[in-house]
Amino acid sequence: MFEDFLYLLRGSGLKVSMTEWMALQEALDKNLHEASFTGFYHLCRCLLVKSEADFDRFDSCFLEYFRNVPFQQEVSQELLNWLDRPNAGQGEYDEQQAELNETLSFDEIEEMFAERMNEQREQHNCGNYWVGTHGMSVFGNSGMSPIGIRVGGKSQGKRAFRVAGERRFRDFRNDNTLDTRQFQVALRRLRQYSGLVDLPKTEFDVDQTIQDTADNGGLLKVRYKRPRENTVKVLLLMDSGGSMEEFNTLCSALFQAVTKTGHFKNLKVYYFHNCIYSRLYNDPSLFYRNSTTTEWVIHNIPGDYKVIYVGDAQMAPHELRSRYYAARQNADLPQSGLEWFQLLRSKYRNSIWLNPSRRPDFGDYWSDTYDAIAEIFPMFPLTVEGLEDGMKKLLTR
Amino acid sequence: MKEFKGSRSYVASEELLRAVNIAMVLEKPLLIKGEPGTGKTVLAEAIAEALGKKLIIWNIKSTTKAQDGLYVYDVVQRLYDSQFGGEGVDNIEKYVHLGKLGDAFLDDEQVILLIDEIDKADLEFPNDLLWELDRMEFHIPETGRTVTAKHRPIVIITSNAEKELPDAFLRRCVFHYIDFPDRDLMAEIVRVHIPDLDEHLLDQVLTAFYKIRSLPQIKKKPSTSEIIDWLQALMHAGINPDRVMKEIPYLGVLLKKNEDIDVLRRNWR
Repeated sequence: MFEDFLYLLRGSGLKVSMTEWMALQEALDKNLHEASFTGFYHLCRCLLVKSEADFDRFDSCFLEYFRNVPFQQEVSQELLNWLDRPNAGQGEYDEQQAELNETLSFDEIEEMFAERMNEQREQHNCGNYWVGTHGMSVFGNSGMSPIGIRVGGKSQGKRAFRVAGERRFRDFRNDNTLDTRQFQVALRRLRQYSGLVDLPKTEFDVDQTIQDTADNGGLLKVRYKRPRENTVKVLLLMDSGGSMEEFNTLCSALFQAVTKTGHFKNLKVYYFHNCIYSRLYNDPSLFYRNSTTTEWVIHNIPGDYKVIYVGDAQMAPHELRSRYYAARQNADLPQSGLEWFQLLRSKYRNSIWLNPSRRPDFGDYWSDTYDAIAEIFPMFPLTVEGLEDGMKKLLTR
Repeated sequence: MKEFKGSRSYVASEELLRAVNIAMVLEKPLLIKGEPGTGKTVLAEAIAEALGKKLIIWNIKSTTKAQDGLYVYDVVQRLYDSQFGGEGVDNIEKYVHLGKLGDAFLDDEQVILLIDEIDKADLEFPNDLLWELDRMEFHIPETGRTVTAKHRPIVIITSNAEKELPDAFLRRCVFHYIDFPDRDLMAEIVRVHIPDLDEHLLDQVLTAFYKIRSLPQIKKKPSTSEIIDWLQALMHAGINPDRVMKEIPYLGVLLKKNEDIDVLRRNWR
């Protein structure tokens, strides 16, 4: 049954497998859609789609494929805007019209709806003909017809047999083609097992138990060892805004991977713009009121943290070298971006810089800061491979 | 086959009810995702209550391994016992303790098994459970015994989307995403929990609540359980509803992070 739909879904990037498709067929056999269109929609969605981020994609495929079944065009945004008036006054109830409406079959209504979609040019409400709200017609929303198609608005009388053009999950859509799982797997290399670290001995040590029991003339001596646990702590510093915009997807994939891996003992994230000066920001919007002094970070985050900088390292040379942006009041603090980087470097021995951009081929203006930063920090490209190399670098003592 | 229609204390959307029933009929695990506080965990309790079945909860932690849910072989205890020639040391069965999944398989009636917050565990955790959830059986090599489910349990799995789940695992599940309740549904949910509620207070509280949630700077957004606690605190103290929007009394019940409270104080008007 409608195999084309399967291929349409797969073609649009949804990973629907045979397992799921067969499950859908089985469900249809068992009448789990309760012979209703909405039921069929829900059934398809909960069996074929496995992430809320794909709901929107699924909805548009569903609309495309079953469009001919229920109606001819997608519902235009203009129409939906006309229909978005939940608090408008109620029109008058017309009993005759209600009875008339009830005699219409679903197919007839669908046909009429397709007609209206073609001829309707403006807003019509409280009536019994056009697609509108609070009226007696069989289309629109918040109306009083005992039967019809809801277009836009919110469910009120629950008498609609179908909801046209509803794509509620638009917000969740993230056209994120990058597989963060790949990044996660690369990040897993970043681990250092405790063994020397102070942790209670809770794990049964087979080898040592056998050894000691044998030494003890066969009398059992149970031995425990410290469990293996990742002790790596990570400080992630990300460049945000400006020239980094074009790498947004890539950086957010990395960010997702780092935060979701969850196997680090501790993870701190701060943001900066182009270069680090006296302040680091707590979120990518870089508001002053939501920031922390870099000095505080250096004092409070111990040197055994592994630091990952993410940025394109390209800026105007004066942003890196000039004294203008740095803390001018306090002579004890670094006086330029470059000095801040050097201070951070000396505090955190294990640091790498991940760069989503390539070194500019021409123009000293841009490559100058790139080279200067690459001199301070080992720099790796932000790719799965570069990440793997970077992780190795971070683990060297 | 009994059908789940919601319960006295749980307000479920029509889509959710349908997803639950689909999962039950198709005998597939139901994977529930959604923001914290949208009632994922409570759902399992509601289903258990509505169908009159026993609920077994397997809480997943970051250290949980798939094996823990099947059985644990207490080798240390056996070793100790063998020292003193204790009774039944040669009976390995005595030292094999079943985990939650094992319990669910061997129960005399059909149970509901909740695997709570599966995303807390290791990346590979769901893959390690594929066979067991598919075939509803597992093998214990130590005793040579195969544990097969007497009655296929209804499996409900929740996830906070902290980690992506592997595709092979997802393929076997029925998926439902619990959307954060809109204002009307929230009002209904709150009324179920607090029956005699002053409508004016509820209105003020909901307005403040959704306004707070809409502030982008708030890191940990308040959810259903917080609004219920907040309402109870306000009612207990007899706060005049008109003060709610102005002062946000008992803010600590709603926001749990210091930074969030500061942010709100700065941005509230």
